[in-house]
Amino acid sequence: MPSLGTWLAAFFTLCMLSFLYKDNPFFRIAESFFAGLSLGYYIGIVANQTLKPNLVLPLADNFSANWHLLFAGGLGVMLYFRYIKRVAWVSRWALAVYVGYYVGVNMMQKLHGEVLPQVGDTMLSLSWSGIGTLWNVVMVVGVLSVLIYFYFSAEHKGAVGGISRVGIWFLMVSFGAAFGYTVMGRISLLIGRMVFLVNEWARPLIGLIT
Amino acid sequence: MRKQVPLLLTFCAGMIPIVALFVPERHVSTVSTTLDSWLIIVAGFALLLGVVNVVQMNTNKIRRKTSGWPYAVVLLAGLAIMGTFGFAGAFGGFGGIATRLDGTSTPFDWLYQNAFLPLQGTMFALLAFFMASASYRAFRARNVEATILLIAALIVMFGRIPFGEMVTKWFPLTTEWIMAKPNMAAQRGIMIGAGLGAASMALRVIVGIERSYLGLGKGE
Repeated sequence: MPSLGTWLAAFFTLCMLSFLYKDNPFFRIAESFFAGLSLGYYIGIVANQTLKPNLVLPLADNFSANWHLLFAGGLGVMLYFRYIKRVAWVSRWALAVYVGYYVGVNMMQKLHGEVLPQVGDTMLSLSWSGIGTLWNVVMVVGVLSVLIYFYFSAEHKGAVGGISRVGIWFLMVSFGAAFGYTVMGRISLLIGRMVFLVNEWARPLIGLIT
Repeated sequence: MRKQVPLLLTFCAGMIPIVALFVPERHVSTVSTTLDSWLIIVAGFALLLGVVNVVQMNTNKIRRKTSGWPYAVVLLAGLAIMGTFGFAGAFGGFGGIATRLDGTSTPFDWLYQNAFLPLQGTMFALLAFFMASASYRAFRARNVEATILLIAALIVMFGRIPFGEMVTKWFPLTTEWIMAKPNMAAQRGIMIGAGLGAASMALRVIVGIERSYLGLGKGE
């Protein structure tokens, strides 16, 4: 006999798959429940992995060394002032610090961690030394043409239009590869659900009936 | 004060990680590290802010009895059940949020294994069917671009399954080449472009040109 958990998982799996026939209340219930569960899941994860180790435990274990974390808690609480009309503007202060700091971090991370290394790795030798040089040419032409495709300050006509067309071809290869991977990932998930339904739910059930 | 102070705070907070990177001085890095540890906490509060918004939206839906309001009840029920087990579990209630030491599931873990994962897996698996029908429309090779996309997708799919290798060893080899050369070139172009875009947007935010995140217009 399948366990209660297996029954629940099978029920939700079938509710979701019922959408293949058409939109129906079973699918909508499963979809709404999933949205609620997801948010609830993140409450648990944030409380357990962010608030507990970074705020609650340090304050509880050694308040005198970590009292400054009260400011962080205060900033977090300030975000909720937006729900009190009279003092809603206070939430902007917390938001300003939060957004300001992370755009600063993000800017340096993007420039140092992505742009400069990627530009550096694209500076490849183009002097002939075998088939590898041809692939270097492919890489350099690909990067430059894709960048020109994303350059909107000049009209994509003439030479710029031609190069940006090559950029589109490179992008299409990349999107095609990404599409292939995504399809395979989704099919593998589908196989997983089918294997679950057959092996963990239907088989024990049929075994019980026969 | 209500408009200028947030802009000043953004500027100061935004300059801290930038200065910390270029000035290898202990006090500067201490300020940056402290602010970093603070803002991890603020990020936690910000995420829960989204939960408050969803609750507000759905309770309004139920109160006004707009179409589909029973589904809002289901959503809130899921949120309340999982949220309660998660929050209480994080602080020691119900035995925590992971599997117990004796191997039994806590309520949070049980719901995660038997409701969240199956729902998530099936939701994404459903996309396989929609992608099949969408790709039929997109992949009819009506122009050069669609043909290139179709060929790249097919080669990558065949190159990653044993059947492809069984047909010809060129499938996995070509897949490797596509991933390492033209795909990498396109990804690099996207990364460089997006990185420069993100950096310029960050500068606009720090110097106060972009202020929509505060709910302020350009002239305000």
